[in-house]
Amino acid sequence: MGSIQLKGVRKDFGTVAVIKGVDLDIKDGEFVVFVGPSGCGKSTLLRLIAGLEDATGGQVLIDGKDVTEVGPSERGLAMVFQSYALYPHMSVRKNIAFPLMMAKTPKDQIDAKVAKAAATLNLGDYLDRRPGQLSGGQRQRVAIGRAIVRDPTAFLFDEPLSNLDAALRVQMRVEIGELHGQLKKTMIYVTHDQVEAMTMADKIVVLDKGAVAQVGSPLTLYNKPDNLFVARFIGSPTMNVLSGAAAAKRGAASIGVRPEHVDVSTTAGEWKAKVRLAEHLGSDTFVHADVEGAGQMTVRREGEAALHAGDTIYLTPQEPRVHRFDAAGLRVA
Amino acid sequence: MATRQGQALGRLAVAPAVAALAAWSIVPLALAIYYAFLHYQLDNPDNTFFAGWSNFYYFVTDPFFAKDLFNTVALVLLVLAITIAGGVLLAILLDRPMWGQGIVRVMVISPFFIMPTVSALVWKNLMMHPVYGFFAHVWRAFGLTPVDWFASIPLLSVGIIVGWQWLPFATLILLTALQSLDLEQKDAAQMDGAGTVDFFRHITLPHLMRPITVVILIETIFLLNVFAEIKVTSVGGLAGNLTYLVFSQLNDANDVGEAAAGGLIAVVLANLVSAFLVRIVGRNLEA
Amino acid sequence: MARRESLAKKSAWTLVAWAIGFVMFFPIFWTGIAAFKSEADAYSLPRTWLTSPWTLENFAIVQARSNYLQYVFNTTVIAVLSTLLGLAFAIPAAWGMAFQPETKPSVNLSGKAWALILLFFFAVTAAIALSVGWRMTDNPLLGLALILLFGLPIAAWVWTRRTGDKLLWMLSTKMMPPAGALIPIYLIFNRNGLVFRQWGGVDLGDWNLIDTFAGMVPLMMLLNLPIVIWMLYTYFKEIPFEILEAARMDGAGLWQELSKVLAPMAVPGIASTLLLNVILSWNEAFWTLNLTNKNAAPLSFFISEYSSPEGQFWAKLSAASLMAIAPIMVLGWFSQRQLVRGLTFGAVK
Repeated sequence: MGSIQLKGVRKDFGTVAVIKGVDLDIKDGEFVVFVGPSGCGKSTLLRLIAGLEDATGGQVLIDGKDVTEVGPSERGLAMVFQSYALYPHMSVRKNIAFPLMMAKTPKDQIDAKVAKAAATLNLGDYLDRRPGQLSGGQRQRVAIGRAIVRDPTAFLFDEPLSNLDAALRVQMRVEIGELHGQLKKTMIYVTHDQVEAMTMADKIVVLDKGAVAQVGSPLTLYNKPDNLFVARFIGSPTMNVLSGAAAAKRGAASIGVRPEHVDVSTTAGEWKAKVRLAEHLGSDTFVHADVEGAGQMTVRREGEAALHAGDTIYLTPQEPRVHRFDAAGLRVA
Repeated sequence: MATRQGQALGRLAVAPAVAALAAWSIVPLALAIYYAFLHYQLDNPDNTFFAGWSNFYYFVTDPFFAKDLFNTVALVLLVLAITIAGGVLLAILLDRPMWGQGIVRVMVISPFFIMPTVSALVWKNLMMHPVYGFFAHVWRAFGLTPVDWFASIPLLSVGIIVGWQWLPFATLILLTALQSLDLEQKDAAQMDGAGTVDFFRHITLPHLMRPITVVILIETIFLLNVFAEIKVTSVGGLAGNLTYLVFSQLNDANDVGEAAAGGLIAVVLANLVSAFLVRIVGRNLEA
Repeated sequence: MARRESLAKKSAWTLVAWAIGFVMFFPIFWTGIAAFKSEADAYSLPRTWLTSPWTLENFAIVQARSNYLQYVFNTTVIAVLSTLLGLAFAIPAAWGMAFQPETKPSVNLSGKAWALILLFFFAVTAAIALSVGWRMTDNPLLGLALILLFGLPIAAWVWTRRTGDKLLWMLSTKMMPPAGALIPIYLIFNRNGLVFRQWGGVDLGDWNLIDTFAGMVPLMMLLNLPIVIWMLYTYFKEIPFEILEAARMDGAGLWQELSKVLAPMAVPGIASTLLLNVILSWNEAFWTLNLTNKNAAPLSFFISEYSSPEGQFWAKLSAASLMAIAPIMVLGWFSQRQLVRGLTFGAVK
């Protein structure tokens, strides 16, 4: 079992409210990602669940039990830290075995569990090394190994991939996803990277300035962002947001249209624009264009498009894909 | 960051040290103020009464006071001059590639680990004795009249001893700082065509400014309180400092009140200096 | 060509450096030579140091005449006990300040308000003291009460500061010149400070801490405590807090977190701190000269006895000095880096 509920959780540092009352329902076995820009409180929220910070108000429930006043060592959760936080004076074997030793597990069981975790994570050859002798990816695996051996109620990941290089990050992303598939345990994962959020999550929680901006599946957030903040945060390149005549015509204070939902023509269309820069990636072409009377827009074309700086083009949004927002930035249905 | 329970535990853990140091700094201060206004002589304790400011008056008008105040400052400045100038040179020298660097380093820093009474007596006798000392032999070898160090130039003599003890400290700190000088900076400066002198003036010296300040301030704390070297070489009458004067008020004159008043004056002097120190070290702490 | 030039350069630097190194080391070297000469030869050392006979008699005589080993014992007891006592205070303090720092003052009063409070308490203290004729000799309880009245607001101010200010305040206690504390400590050590001999009918005339370990060990501990705390603090600061949090997540209780995770990582820092503190207290020579003379007198006092004109035996002075400095010098060689860090309060590493 591993369901987690937050009820009106608040956290103040002095007079500054870092978490402004968060309600959240995480079901057993879900992979939930907290995402948001730096300073939005996502790490603090994770630490509140872990018990490493205590809440100023509200309740944290694990499997229906109120654990708000329970210390981190008794919540039965496992955490993978950004810096991995491996014990530098212990071998890999001891690092992984440490939670089991704390739980006073019999020695033969510890050995068996460590061996199993090491096999799962391809760490068999490194068990007698110190963390200092391992590469970043290997350290990451040890940290995960340390988390899985104790069979926790839920796993907490605090930006675990941010210290790895790009290639390794993709690989570890896949591995963590597979791990979730195997273990079928609740996982809460904090990241500032929306690609990680989109690819890994069953459910994404977007946080903005200490409050939940939207909760939903990756595609819900992509297709139906509740507000401008989510609309801009999810999706790459960023959604184009236009106000003025184009918005007024559609009965909104501002409209958003994703770069991949704009049709490009060299002859006619809604907006006349001039290409400033075309980025040819092979699989895609990103066109940055100056739209007359509406500012800058980014357009994504699949494959290679024969567009170059200085070309005049016409842009037309795909009407069903236009998102409308009111003056407060909330979605207009 | 962290929990209320952790915070409480942290405060609890800090409490004994704060209490000990608070007692250590407050009780003597309170008592010193008490004594400083008390007419109280160890050999006549029954005739003890409130003395007003007279202890301060007598201490300040003591013929030794002006001289010893001057000596206190002069000794600090003299030793600082020796250790900073010597320290920069030695640090740069030790930073060069050479054979047996470790041994040279050990030889240079050794004086710092010599207890003050030992270095004072070794210098006074083996080195500076006017007849049998090493310097006397050297002087005579060159046909010169040996110097009677402690009789003719007592302050300088004490300064040399104390300077010898503290030169390693300055060297060690400046060397540590020098070794943290970015190697790429050296390469870049060479690419830019900087010569040795330019490099020293524009790169090395500015880089050493912070550690030099640290050295000055820390040495000053200790140098204001030089005592053993003066007492053991018996130059208290000729080149005593404030610390020594307070000691002799207690030891020779048995006058608690006046000694306490002198001690408070030393406290004020040290506080003026340390106000600067706290500020600068504090700035480094935040960085 | 270039290589040969740099070889020549290196040789030149080596020569200069060795020469200067030897000059710095010379007084120690010379002491070492004199220690192995007869008294008569020690006075003509510069001419005869290679030719005159070598002898070990000085060491035997120093021990026989003055019970040298007793002083070694005293020095060691003071240095080691004060260091251990200091660590008992400093380790929790450094832990608390490094891992549970207070970023804000716990009581929010302006500097002006504090100054007024302190001034008020000082004035009240002084007024009461003056009203009884400034004499606490007859009334020890009143004296203690006045010290409390004077000290409590200061202690309260310190206690409510944030961690960074607490550290700076600790440092500032190190700047208290010994001359200022000499008189009070001297009187506390031999006559209760307030100069009373009776307290509620109990005769305290025999109260004495002068020349005792009971006096010297705590005193030495307090002298070095700020340095010890600072040094440990800078070491603890380098241990990532996340590792301790990881231990918590792994189910470790406080004691296990401290003993299984923090302690093994802190051992090198604690060892360096211990080493530096032993060196500092071994060489301390203000309080030892003023407050000891026999029973708890350490080596620095013992050597100072050679300053009297009748004590002028160079060879024996050298032998005694050599024995007094050798162990600590060797320790010092091994702790150069820690020394820099400890004595600069972490400002230079």
